[in-house]
Order: sequence, then structure tokens, then C-alpha cells
Amino acid sequence: MEKAKVTTVQNEPAAEGREAPERKPAVELIGLTKYFRSIPVNDNIDMSIYKGEILSLLGENGSGKTTLMNMLSGIYFPDAGHIRVNGKPVVINSPKDALDLHIGMIHQHFKLVDVLTAAENVVLGLNESFRLNLRSVKREVEAICQRYGFEVDPDKKVYDMSVSEKQTLEIVKVLYRGADILILDEPTAVLTPQETKRLFEVMRNMKRDGKSIVIITHKLHEVMEISDRVAVLRKGKYVGDIETAKTSPQELTDMMVGRSVSLNIERPEPHDVRECLRVEHLSVTDADGVRKLDDVSFKAYGGEILGVAGISGSGQKELLEVVAGLQGAEPGSVVIYTDRDGRTSSLIGKTPMEIKKLGVHLAFVPEDRLGMGLVGDLDIADNMLIRTYTEGGGIFVNMKKPRKLAEEIVEEFEVVTPDMLTPVRKLSGGNVQKVLVGREISGEPSLLMSAYAVRGLDINTSYTIYRLMNEQKEKGTAVIYVGEDLDVLLELCDRILVLCGGRVSGIVEGRKTTKEEVGLMMTHVGAVRAE
Amino acid sequence: MIHISKRPDFNRFTGEKKKYNRYAGMLIGVGIRLAALLLSLVVSGVVIYAITKLNPLKVYAEMVSGSFGTSRRVWVWLRDTALLLVIAVGLAPAFKMRFWNIGAEGQVLVGALATSACMIYMGSANIPTPLFLIIMAAASVLAGALWGIVPAVFKARWGTNETLFTLMMNYIAIQLTNFFIPMWEHPKGSNTVGIINAGTKAGWFPEIFGQQYLLNVLIVAVISVLMFFYLKRSKHGYEIAVVGQSENTARYAAMNVKKIIVRTTTLSGAICGLGGFLAVAGADHTVSTGTAGGRGFVAIIVAWLAKFNPIIMALISAMLVFLNKGAIAIASRFNLSNDVSDIIQGIILFFILGSEFFINYRVRITRGKEKEA
Repeated sequence: MEKAKVTTVQNEPAAEGREAPERKPAVELIGLTKYFRSIPVNDNIDMSIYKGEILSLLGENGSGKTTLMNMLSGIYFPDAGHIRVNGKPVVINSPKDALDLHIGMIHQHFKLVDVLTAAENVVLGLNESFRLNLRSVKREVEAICQRYGFEVDPDKKVYDMSVSEKQTLEIVKVLYRGADILILDEPTAVLTPQETKRLFEVMRNMKRDGKSIVIITHKLHEVMEISDRVAVLRKGKYVGDIETAKTSPQELTDMMVGRSVSLNIERPEPHDVRECLRVEHLSVTDADGVRKLDDVSFKAYGGEILGVAGISGSGQKELLEVVAGLQGAEPGSVVIYTDRDGRTSSLIGKTPMEIKKLGVHLAFVPEDRLGMGLVGDLDIADNMLIRTYTEGGGIFVNMKKPRKLAEEIVEEFEVVTPDMLTPVRKLSGGNVQKVLVGREISGEPSLLMSAYAVRGLDINTSYTIYRLMNEQKEKGTAVIYVGEDLDVLLELCDRILVLCGGRVSGIVEGRKTTKEEVGLMMTHVGAVRAE
Repeated sequence: MIHISKRPDFNRFTGEKKKYNRYAGMLIGVGIRLAALLLSLVVSGVVIYAITKLNPLKVYAEMVSGSFGTSRRVWVWLRDTALLLVIAVGLAPAFKMRFWNIGAEGQVLVGALATSACMIYMGSANIPTPLFLIIMAAASVLAGALWGIVPAVFKARWGTNETLFTLMMNYIAIQLTNFFIPMWEHPKGSNTVGIINAGTKAGWFPEIFGQQYLLNVLIVAVISVLMFFYLKRSKHGYEIAVVGQSENTARYAAMNVKKIIVRTTTLSGAICGLGGFLAVAGADHTVSTGTAGGRGFVAIIVAWLAKFNPIIMALISAMLVFLNKGAIAIASRFNLSNDVSDIIQGIILFFILGSEFFINYRVRITRGKEKEA
């Protein structure tokens, strides 16, 4: 830490005269290039981050946003090009180097130790002295909180914290380490609208204090709301930057995609609806005895999209897994499936194999794509087999159909892959999801469940997913769409089931409700009853 | 400053020429391994000279002739390669499923015990040789399967740690052997089993085309090919791959994870048990606590280095057995202690295992020229 201050406090005489007085770049990226497997994911990128601004970094999946920021924060090392901080050329070899230059990144996946308190996490790894002086750490943490409007209890253990508290702690941690340039990688993906508002408040405070903030997000309305400037990447290349005040979501989308894209989500009126899934008094307790679902009842109809809203961890995962046979439920829970011919069968207490043998055409796009839906080390065709490998006689698998299906999916959904033999874990997030969704809907499901189907996906791919959901709905499939972006839920879904802490807070009409109403129901059970 | 980065996948020539991609990747891999081998020979040459003042080239020549000098030596080399290979092939499905079976040593040993028991108690019954061989093979497979199924059931039912469990099973096998040796000892008081059925050769592998060890090689070749297709093409092989990657995905795919674990580990133990049959009926014609001779552990290296491809396992087994034979040959030829051969084997293995790092990662030396600016 001490050394860090020395390196950056120095003034570079050359840098002084060259820059306009008010627009002083804190960071300049010059010709940054990074290859993965000989494919340039960042191709000769020139970009500046100015003091006291909020810069949105926008781009589709795989356009290289995170890679670029990872080079700045010391996780990757550029193959070509260099970085200047305050006009001074620097070499960033590790996250520590980056922090020494006052650059800190808050990753999508938090890097906190669960059993430690907030204050302990803040000093973790700093090794400033042999004896931990937690009291002064706490004082400093509180000072940071006061300055920017955070709420952090220094004595709270991380495992007791909500997602938003953890994120706040990550930001405090980086600020405590003296960061002046903060990079936030999709910070709002896990937050409720209210929490997002609070985060933006804090970001504005930090900006006023002269900090530079780079925010990576896919949500255009957030870009418009928070940022001063937007930089757009497309396929690893720098498309350009534009002042937020002078642009519109439509223009940004077009810049990102490279052509004009419609930003409206269709919502056809449901027709020929029929009951497909009836859930009554469903309760689930996890291995630690924690109630995950408490007396949940609802119906899902073929021909409509039922949205499920809620803060993450409110029981969405358990709900879908019970229906899929991956999770047991408490006695008295009822899950009845009705097929297209009107035959009913109970799914409670059945294994996935038994459910499959009942002839239930169930498609499930789980939240954990590579940990549950797909096998990372296998190629696309082998992953197609997951649902069908038992088909056909004999002891050997028949690869003909899966190979054909794999090629169809690659073609139809424009999956970007070096070749058909590449393991799916090497594909980018959006392409992984296309493979998974493609396989699941190829089975002609009558019930399609998806958890966070567009998480981490770019606009273009997200709209492809929405279109596919609507296609399934039109075919009479009952679609259950667990989502986190309320704007999308409100535009896409016919009805929205709102969960709060494992209980049903209410079921609202997608066409009639408002974001505020749903947001409130997510945090308070039964705040509004619309049905 | 040294910079380490993940090597790009070898299919770097992406595009239409898929075949070329894989070929290029293989070439780089083979090149690095050859370089490692060469380097290891140079380093052990220096070590040999430093310790013994012998000409390393002469020592290496002796290694080669020690393994391949006569046709009998070649056959012994083939026989031992086959034995090591069959154990590695047996381990492959378990390890591919990420079931850490380090109990091959014990599984081989109980297979060897079962074979010996058949030879001792049924040897005078005048059973036709082919039938007798089948009975012995079945007995060894059952014994090995038992040693595989026990840890598997415990893991599937109660989530026990299979690493510790299979390791402990090795000691049970060793103690069992110690129990049987006095019962079977021959001649009395020697505390060894001695050559079983030395007179009648009952239960010994017959010569085929005048070759004593051809049957060993044939059996293992068939098993290896079957295993290749089992892992690559069969439904079971697919289940093994999925369970090994993620049990969650397996459950999602409606697989019965417990059943797959038990089935695969039993198969693994059974093939290792068959290794015991080959060791006793096809080679040693006796049994001792040293029958497995550490092959159960060496086979783990073989299986992993080959990434569970039985064909590559054959090549690696052949190389390891050659090293071993050659090292023993130079130790006896130049009157060196056995430790010298261990040192040479150690050096060569170190380089070959170490080369995997350079195959997966690229090390570049970057000049800190930006720093000066």
C-alpha cells in the first residue's frame, strides 16, 4: 500500500501540458489487444476513462467488455498495447498491481469469506501489520460509509448478509484499499429496483468525490439513468463513445448490434389456455432445516407465460426443482401435471426418471447452466444427448440424431463456436444458453420452465430468448419464466407470481401491474393483492 | 519478467479445416513431450556421469538391450506392459467418473489370491485348460469386483470418502495374503507360496504359437479395445462422463447416480482383479504381498496421462515398463545399486509429467521496457 502511493503521486511533466484542463483522463487504454485461442476478443482498443465520470461500457455478450476490464484490473495480461494511469505508462500484472494504482474491480461473483465479518473481509489479505487493529478498520469503514451513503454493519458476518449488502461490502472493500477508479461488472443484475436506486445514489456520491466509475450493464435504461458517457464494444472492437445526454436506447442498441433492432417485446394474447400444472400447499425445507418454500399454491396454464418475480433466493430455484423431480417436498404438498389430453399425474416424490417415464414433456432451463443443464467438457452434440441418450436399443448411443440437432441449433440460433468439437464450457455465456435453450425446446415440451434465462445475455440474444418463449406459448406450452429484470417480466408475462422469502406474495396481471407494485410485493408479503 | 498464460487450444487454425487443427495441436503436444524426453535423458546422463563416471551413451545402450536385447526380453516386456495396461484400463472408468479409486493394488491382489486358490485346490482335478482358465478368471473378477463394490456402496449410500476407503481396502488385501501364505506355503517353512503346480502346470497360461506370453497380450488387447468403445460410445460410458463432470447434471438428466457409481466402480475393481489373474496364471505362478508390486499406483499415472484413452495408455505403459526394465538392467550390468535405476526413472518421469504443464501453459519472458518509460 505504501509503495503504491509513491508510484502514483508523482507527476508526469509530459502529461500536464497535453491534456485539456477539465478533461483529464485518469486511465488511457492504448491499443489493448487480447487473444483467446487466436481469436481477438479485444482488438486494438483505445479508450479513456476520465476523472469524476461514470462511464457505461456497453456491448453484446462476447464483445469483450469483461475481458477489457480484467486487463485493467490485473486479471489478464494484454497481448499487445499498454495502459497509462494519470498519463504515466504502467504494467499491471496482478490485481494487487491494479490496486496499487488505485484501480479496483467489483466482480459479478463476490469474493468474500462467508464466516468473517464485514470489517474482517475489508482487511483480509492486506497484511498491514502483524496484529489486526480491527477497531481502527471499523472506524475507517464507518467513515467511508458516511462519506458516500453506504449502510454497512462492520460486525455483521457475511453469511448473514443479503446480496445487496454483500455488494456494498465489496465496494467498501475496494474503496478502503484506496481505489479511485472503480469497475463494476453488472452490479445491478442481482438487485431489486429499490436496491439499484440506492446503488446509483452511492455511485453519484462517489462521482462527486472525484472517483471514476466504469459500469458494465446490459440494461439500457440504467445506462441512460446513471452514466455520463457510454463506450460501446462490438465483437472485440471499440465502436465509439457518446455522451449519454446526446443519445437514446435505440441508438445505443444499434451501435452495439451493428444494425437496427426492435426493442419491443411482443406479448400475444393467450388463447386456448388449459391447466397444465397445479401446485398446492407446496412447502420445501432444505438440508439445514431452513424453510425455502412455504405453502405455495398457483396454477400454470398452457398457452400463457407465468412470470416468477422475487429477490434472488426467495425460493425460485426450489420451486422449479420440485417440479422437475430434483428436490423433495414436505408432506401435504401437491403438484399435479395435466397433459394435452387431459390426463393428470402427480409429480410429488417422483425422480426425474419416473417423471420422464410418465410421459411428461418437461423442459427445464436451470439457473446453473454448466453445473446442471449442460456438461462443460462435452461438445454440443454430446450435450444434446443428455435428454435422449437412453433412446434406441443396444448398449451404444446413437450419435446421428444429436449431431444433426446440434448442427440445427448452431445454425438456427447463430451459436458462435470455433467448430463442432469444442467443449461447451469454452463458449461464451450467451452461446452456452442458446445451446441449452435450443435443446430444451427441441423436445416439444408441454411445460417449459426457465430460471434466469437471459442472465448475462446481451440484448440481441435476450430478445431471441423472449421470442422463443413466445413461440412456445403460441404452441400451447405452459411457460414458467423466472426472471430478475422487472421491466422484462412486465412486458413479457401474462401473469406474474411474486415470491417473498419462500411465500407467495401475490399473483398479478402482467398487463395491469406496475414495477413499483411488484417491487413492493417482492419485499413485503401480501403488500398488494391483485387477484 | 516471466509471464505464464494458458496456452490457446491447439485447434488454433480455426475455420473449415478441422482435421488440420487437431493435427497441429497433436504435433505441438508430441513435440513438447519429445523435447521433455530428450532433456530428461541429458539430465540423467549428467547425473549418471557424476555418480558413476560411466559413459551415459553406453548406459542408455545397455538400457535398450536390457529391455529388448533378446526375444525373451521383448516378450517379458510385452507381458509386463500388458499387466500394467490392464490395471490402468480397469481404473479408467472409475477415474473418468471422478471416483478416486486408489485401491487397484488391493483389487489386483485379491484377484491374484482367488486365482491362486483355484490353482491350488482345483489343480489336481484335471479340468480342461480352457475351462480351468475361465473358472480362474471368473474367480479373480469376482474377488476384484467385491473389492470395488464395497467402497462404492458406502460412497453411494452414506457419502463416505472413496479415497481413504479404497486405500484401506489395500491393507485388508495385504493382510489376507499374509493369512493365506502360511496355509499355502511350499516348501514347508519357506514362508512363501512357491511356484504353484510346478510339475503339472495346471492353470498356467498355455503357449500359443510357441509363445508363452502371447495369451496375456491378447487378453489385454481385447479388454483395452472393448474399454475404448465402452467409454467412448456406450450409454454407460456417457453416463460415466456426465456423472464425473457434475452429479447435478446427471440427476437433471434423469440418471440414477448411485447405481452408476456402484456399477462403474464394480467394473473397475473386476478388471483390476483380472489383472491379478494375469499376474499369477500368466506370469508369476505364485502369489505374495508383492504380486501387485505397486502397479496399482503406477497405473493411476498411466490412466491420467492418457486422459483415459486405452490406446494411449498402451503406449505409456510400454514406456514405463521399458524404463523400469532398462534401469534394472543397467543396475545389474554396471554393478550399481538399485537406487540408481530409481533415480533415472524418477528423472525421466519428472520431465514427462512436467511437460504437461508446458503443454497446457505458455511461458513468455516479457521485457519490462514499459517500465523504463
